[in-house]
Order: sequence, then C-alpha cells, then structure tokens
Amino acid sequence: MPEWMHIAVPSAPALFAQLLIGLINGSFYALLSLGLAVIFGLLNIINFAHGALYMLGAFCAYLLLNYFGIGYWPSLLLAPLAVGAFGILLERCFIRWVYRLDHLYGLLLTFGLALIVQGVFRQFYGASGKPYSIPEALSGGQNLGFMFLPNYRAWVIVASAAVCFGTWFLIERTRLGANLRAATENPALVQAFGINVPRMVTLTYGFGVALAALAGVMAAPIYQVSPLMGTNLIIVVFAVVVIGGMGSILGAIVGGFALGIIEGLTKVFYPEASATAIFVIMAIVLLVKPAGLFGRRA
Amino acid sequence: MKAKFILAVAAAAALGMATASGASAQGAPKPIKIGVMNDMSSVYSYLGGMGSVAAAKMAVKDFGGKVLGRPIEVIFADHQNKPDIGAGIARQWFDEQGVDAIVDLPTSSVAIAVQQVAKERGKVTLISNGGSSELTGKFCSPTGVHWTYDTYAMAHGTGSAVVKQGGNTWFFLTADYAFGHALQDDTAAVVKAAGGTVVGSVNVPLNNADFSSFLLQAQQSKAKVIGLANAGGDTVNSIKQAAEFGIVAGGQRLAGLLVFIMDVDALGLKTAQGLLLTEAYYWDQNDATRAWAKRFQAVYGKIPTSGQAGVYGAVSHYLKAMAAAGTDDGIKVVAKMRELPINDFMTKNGKLREDGRVLRDMYLFEVKKPEESKYPFDYYKQLAVIPAAQAYRPLSESECPLIKKN
Amino acid sequence: MARGQAARWAILFALAAAAPFFFYPIFLMKALCFGLFAAAFNLLLGFTGLLSLGHAVFMGSASYVTAYAMKAWGLPPLIGILAGTGVAAVLGVAFGWLAIRRQGIYFAMVTLALSQMVYFYAVESKYTGGEDGIQAVPRGMLLGLIDLNRPLAMYYFVLAVFIIGFAIIYRAVHSPFGEVLKAIRENEPRAISLGYRTERYKLLAFVLSATLAGLAGATKALVFQLASLTDVDWTMSGDVVLMTLIGGVGTLWGPVVGAFVTVAMENYLAQFGSWITVIEGVIFVLCVLTFRRGIVGELAHRLPRWLGRRRATPD
Repeated sequence: MPEWMHIAVPSAPALFAQLLIGLINGSFYALLSLGLAVIFGLLNIINFAHGALYMLGAFCAYLLLNYFGIGYWPSLLLAPLAVGAFGILLERCFIRWVYRLDHLYGLLLTFGLALIVQGVFRQFYGASGKPYSIPEALSGGQNLGFMFLPNYRAWVIVASAAVCFGTWFLIERTRLGANLRAATENPALVQAFGINVPRMVTLTYGFGVALAALAGVMAAPIYQVSPLMGTNLIIVVFAVVVIGGMGSILGAIVGGFALGIIEGLTKVFYPEASATAIFVIMAIVLLVKPAGLFGRRA
Repeated sequence: MKAKFILAVAAAAALGMATASGASAQGAPKPIKIGVMNDMSSVYSYLGGMGSVAAAKMAVKDFGGKVLGRPIEVIFADHQNKPDIGAGIARQWFDEQGVDAIVDLPTSSVAIAVQQVAKERGKVTLISNGGSSELTGKFCSPTGVHWTYDTYAMAHGTGSAVVKQGGNTWFFLTADYAFGHALQDDTAAVVKAAGGTVVGSVNVPLNNADFSSFLLQAQQSKAKVIGLANAGGDTVNSIKQAAEFGIVAGGQRLAGLLVFIMDVDALGLKTAQGLLLTEAYYWDQNDATRAWAKRFQAVYGKIPTSGQAGVYGAVSHYLKAMAAAGTDDGIKVVAKMRELPINDFMTKNGKLREDGRVLRDMYLFEVKKPEESKYPFDYYKQLAVIPAAQAYRPLSESECPLIKKN
Repeated sequence: MARGQAARWAILFALAAAAPFFFYPIFLMKALCFGLFAAAFNLLLGFTGLLSLGHAVFMGSASYVTAYAMKAWGLPPLIGILAGTGVAAVLGVAFGWLAIRRQGIYFAMVTLALSQMVYFYAVESKYTGGEDGIQAVPRGMLLGLIDLNRPLAMYYFVLAVFIIGFAIIYRAVHSPFGEVLKAIRENEPRAISLGYRTERYKLLAFVLSATLAGLAGATKALVFQLASLTDVDWTMSGDVVLMTLIGGVGTLWGPVVGAFVTVAMENYLAQFGSWITVIEGVIFVLCVLTFRRGIVGELAHRLPRWLGRRRATPD
C-alpha cells in the first residue's frame, strides 16, 4: 500500500456514529443544492453565485444580530427574504439578459457576480470570520450512547428535511409548481394563458436564492461566518447537483443525502481523500449516466 | 489583419504603462526601499495585510526617516498567496525598482520563492508572518532573516508546556498539508521526549468546513489532549465545532498549534476559553508591549498581531544594522544584524543565528473565560515563558547548508 | 503570403524582439506563457465550442514534471520541457477520451472532476512538494551553449517557444482540420451528417490543446524556476477563461491580448487588495453582457468602419 493511503477500521458503534454525522452533513448539502437545482431546472441558468449568496445569508444573520439585536429564529425568515430580494434585483438587472444565450454565459455571468459580492465583503470584513453562536434553545446535546449528538445538529437534519420535502412538494405536486414547470417548457403558450411568465421566472430565481441564504443562516452557528465560506463549497454543491441530475429537485435532495453519507464513510476509511471522493463519483456518474440519477435531460 | 496589428501595439503599450516604473529625479540620493509583501485580500490577510505596512512605516518614522543620509521609502504589494506572483513582484522590485529588503511574507510557498530570488541577488528578506521552519532549514539564505515565529517553536512551545501540565496522551487533527504534518511531527517528538504518548491522528483535507467526523474520532480515542495541527479558518472551525460536541466539557483539552489573537477574536471567548497556544507577542503582556500597541492602534485602528509587531521589530533592527554597517549591501547588513543584540518592546536579548533564525523567548498563553475579560481584546493569561534556547530547532538538526558542521 | 501580410508579421516580430529593452522581461515572459496557454485553451473553446473547466491541469502537470526533471535529474532545458509537454499530451489523450463522450455543460463538469483528482494527487504526492511546491529549479544551459540565467537569453527562448506554439495553432485553424472544427462548433449534427467522424476531430483538438497548454506550463516552470499548487488549482482554470473572454473567444489573437491585459492588471492592481477580485468580477459581467466579442473581436468588428473601409473577409 503506498504511503499516502492510510486506512483505519472503527468499531460498530463508532461507525454508526459516523454514518449519522454523514446523514446530517448530507441534509445540509441537500438544502444547499436544492436552490441550485431549482434555478437550473426551471430557469436553465447555472448559478455560480450560489456560494456567495449562501455567504450573504450567513452574514445577514450576523448583521441582524449585531446591529439590530435580532436573534437566530427571526433571522431564519428575515435573512432569506432580504437575500432573496437581492437575488431578484440581480435577476432583473443582469441575469435576464443571458436566458437566450448558451449556458456558458450564464455560468460566467454568475461567476462574475459572485466575485464582486465576495470581494466587497472581504474588503469590509476581512477574511478571518465573525463569531455567531448557537441559539440558547438549541445548545447542548443528547448522549445517545454511541455518540454525543448536539441538539443543533439534530435541528439541522429535521429542518433541512422539512424544507426539502416542502420544496419538492411545491414544485412537483401543486398547481403553482405545475405552472412553473410548464412555463419552462413552453413560455409562449403559458403566457397565452394569462400567466405572467417573466414575473414567475424572477420570483423563482429569488426563491432559489432564498434557499441558499437559508442554508447560510443555518450554517452560521457551526461554520465560520467569513466572506470566503462559499468558495470551496460551491464546487461540491455542483457535484451534488450533477450527480443527482441537473434538472431534478428530487435528484438534488437524494444526491445530497447520499453524498453526505459517502463522504462521511470516506472520512473514516480514507480521510485525506474525503474532499476528492465527490469528484470521483461525479466523474463516474457523468461517464456512465450523464443525466444523473434522476435527471431528465441528457 | 490590420486591426490586430494596431491591437498588438496597443496591448504592448498597455503592458508597458503598467510595468514601467517612474524614473527617479536626477541628482537626488537614491532612497532605501523596503517592500512589504503579503496577503492583502485572502485567507491570511488578517495576520498582516495593511497592518504590516503601517508597522513598517511606523518603524521607519521612529528611526528618523533617513539612513546613511538617504531617505527611506516603504512600498507594498499583494502576493495573493501565489508563488508566481510573489516571485514576479520580487524580481521586479529588486531588478527594476531598487528595493533593498522585502518584509512579512506569509504563506510558505511564496516566502521560500521570494527568499530564493533575494538570495540570488544578495538582497534581504525579513520574514515575520511566514512560518515554515524550512526557511532556516534547507532553504536558508545568508540574507534571510526569520524574525517572529516558526512551526518548530510553536510545536515545541505548546507541546512541552501542555505535557508538563499533565496532558500526556495526544490525538492529532492534522491539516493534510506539509505544514500540518510538520506541526504534528514536531509536537509528537516533544510529547514523546517528555514521556507522553500519541494515541492516534487523522489527516483532514484542507478547506474542509465540517470537522464533526474527525472530532468524533478524537473523542473516541479518549486522549487527554487534542492537538490541532492546522491554521486559520480550519482551526477556528475545529474549535467552534469541538465546543458544540462537548469535547472540552467532556474533559479533553484543546491545544492550538498555530493560533493567533485574531483567530480567538473570530471565535469569541465563550467558545475559545481554555485554549492553550503559543505566541511571540501579546499586546497586553507588560508596559512596553502595551505602549507600543496603543501607538499602533492610533495609526492603524486595530490591536496589533504578533506578525505585525514583528514587522516593526525587524525593520527597526535592519535599519539600525544598516546605519552601523555603513553600507546598504545585504550580506554586510545582515552580518551586522547578527552582531547586534535585539532589544525592543517585544524582544529581550534576542539574537539572529547564522541560519537566519532569530532566537527569542516564546510565551504560552491560555485563553481567558468571558467573565475574566475586562476590556476589548483582553483575551490571554500568560502561563509560562519558553526560553529562546529551548524553543527553536537546534543547529545540529538543521539541513541548512550555511552551517559549518564540525 | 501577401506582401502586406509579410510586412506586418515582420513588424510584430521586430516589436517582440525589441520589447525586453523597454519592458521588464519577467512580465513579458509571464504574459507570453499565459498567452500560449490561453490560445491553446481557445482552440478548444472558440474554435471547437468545447468549454474545459479543468484546463489548468495540463499546464500544471507539465510544470511539475519539467521542474522535477530539471531539479532532480539535471536534464537540459529542451529535454525538460519536452518531458513536461509529453506528460501533458498523455494526460490530454486520457482525459480527452473520457470527456469527449459528453457534450456541453457535462463535458465541462467531467473536465472539472478530473482536474480535481489531479489536484488531490498534487497535494498528496511527495514528488510535488505539497504546498511548498518545487522551488529553486535551475534553468540550465540551452543546447549546452546559451546560459538561460541571463534574462535576455531566456526571453528570446520563451519568445521562440511562443512563436512555435502559436504557429501550430495558426496552422491548425487555417486548415481543413480547422474548418471541420468550426463546423462542429456551429452545428455538430450537420457535420456528422456530412460524414465527418466528429469524435476523432474533437479528440484531436483536445489533445492538441492540452499539449500546447503543457508546453506553456513547462516553459513557465523555467521562467519562474518553481512549480506550485496554484498551477493545478481550479481557479487557474477560471483565470484562463477570463483571459480568453476579455480578449475575444473565437479570435486567434484575442486570448494572447487577454493574457497580456490580465498579467498587466495583476501587476498594476497588486496594491489594491480585495478590489482585485471585485474588478475581475466586474470584467466578467461586462464581458458577458455587453462585450461578448472581447477586445480583439470588438475591434475587428468596429475598426474597419471607423477607418471607412469595408470588412474584407470575416476572420
């Protein structure tokens, strides 16, 4: 075995604990990928600004706390609303000009917007991060025997699952969702029915952005709130969406959970590779089934 | 084709405007130029950044603004943590703009590259924020000065002091990078030499945000001490999440092997309390350190980090040596820096060794509890002094080709 | 070649030969290396219509191989560069064969995934020196005669490498092969229906692009005398996209101009801290929204009208 492979085998309860942690991380990935999947699935835009918008959500929570004394619970609603509104502004001013062009331009445009947002925040807030604590109601944890589970992590998995299910239901099972999906397939026809398609498109982008911001608020108490917090997460999230299937909401959710678990297992058996495992899987999926696990378009 | 022809000329002109340096006035004495190069926009910008520039300018001003009858100029640039950019700027500074010394240089790959460029030209590098002990090891230079801290000192300081306090079983959370492994190896050696044991370790890929899985492994190892062989955002995240998982509450101690005051600030005292760390300078240690910090704060607006304090110290000593040596020749000035003892607000009887390492006392600190902190940035209580003689890698273990081995 | 055209080439060459006497050689060399890298990348993007998000991996791996070969084995510079370029070509064949199976954004994602795996190997391997990189690489003596440590000698060597690489791209584009590539970019199904084995053409374009990117990387390792992780990082892949976009996708000189502008910007803006990122972002946005042809494309489009002349043939 080459010197850079270092494999350790844990006991059963330890393994179970790691799986649980993987599941928790997976729920977070699912929440984060959801917004991206919504935006790509319904708008055909590869939103490279997703990481920066996630960061904005976390910073919004930090600013709400430090300037207005508004705590975690109201921030869960206010931050996504604020950042979602910002997203709508971006869509109206910049993004709508590239709908008819090649995917490449959407990617580059949103990448540029991300650089601007990150650069501005880095200029004013530096790179070392800001403190944000876990809300009182969720601090502490439960001793499950095989591990100590922090209450906040339990909350993350429950809340993410709820939001994921809610979004999936909204898009796949309600009338609004049906209109949205129809508008993507044939905007002219849907417009002829009297539905304001451009406004729906704008609101959809705002919704996708709000989902990213929500993930940011949920991340603030456990990860460092820093202008760079979205940069390395963005390519992981892309991998999740690609694996799940680029147009599919369900794909992003299942992909997120699955990848969290796989990453968790890699962290036990071959930790150095845990960041790269996702790309290996992405390459395999792309070569075997490019539409992804649940994707509809090839 | 004609359009492209005009374009090529235009592009060349644009490049020329951007790279051409202004001609200095004829007849005026050539200034001594000091270049501050560090990360101004990315992950290490909080350690130095524009604060290092302010510190360098303070040092020049305190020295009188002139040396050898020539004015002193301070310029700066952002190397963006990329060795290409750092080496390119260094070459241009040395070859075209007459820079005599480059200061600060966080990020080891850039520091090593710039020190190489300087070494080939007999120019000086005064490294304050850069940490790799290889700068005075296999990449040492006769004109290189490693001023503030290095990874060996941090490992030894924290390692030996923690073992003395009873922490004799260790588990390492190691950033999967050369410096992470170096920190782990150096600390493990100290722990074993002091009679302790290393019960396990795990390599964490860089830029990984979630440490729960690794912290769980650390928890299950039942080691008394969890050594964090990582830096910057990774350290902050691992400490934050360790608090979440009740690691300290459960009786294990966290030892930060490369932690600075701004990391503690990013964490907040509630999360960071009880953390053990080693630093070369803390603003509130004594009257001298306090007085200097207040002056720095008046100029820059923030409390100084040890790297920024080091920039001031290094530039001051460099100018003093240059005046004493009577020349701006890099090799002679650094030789003079070795002769003169180093005494300033942060260093008592420090000495520059022949491999370029400055031997100074290091200090072991513990982060205060929130109720113990009375004013902003009142974060540390000093637990021990690690004398210079013990803190640094002995010459017998060094790979530096400059050392004469008898 | 028409006389007017020959004269213009001669003037450009004279300018290039005289440049190191007016501008700082290191930056000219950096711009030439990146210019070649961007031009190679554009062969794939602008002329074949394939966006590779992991192109840095070819430049970076060649850079590492050349650096290691010269430092550890003391090879002469030409052999060292050939070694690096060769490795990039092999990687190009392997990655190209895998990636070509997919189109559009999926092709881009495959290249990104593959490049991340190479990045991981570069971090872990003891041959690459991890985050310190391979430092103090000797430049050696060219053909045993010319000392490349002298800046002027090194500059002319880099200029020669650039001219050779660029000439290959020029020849590839202005040839039947190039025409087929453009056809594939415009409408691949139609090209297939005309009987062309598009898979082979795309693979060949990929390998050529990867090899020349490798050539650029190998030369860059000698210019800066180091190889580091920055060269295989995905943000480097992003940089080359930026250069091509600024200069003009689908034009020959565009990426070169874009590289020069970007290198100049990096140098000139080194004092502005975080604003560099903001400015890069603004440029991306502007280039996509209003400036899609890039500098060269825009000028080629407008200049004839400004000069009151009709555009002869589209380029």
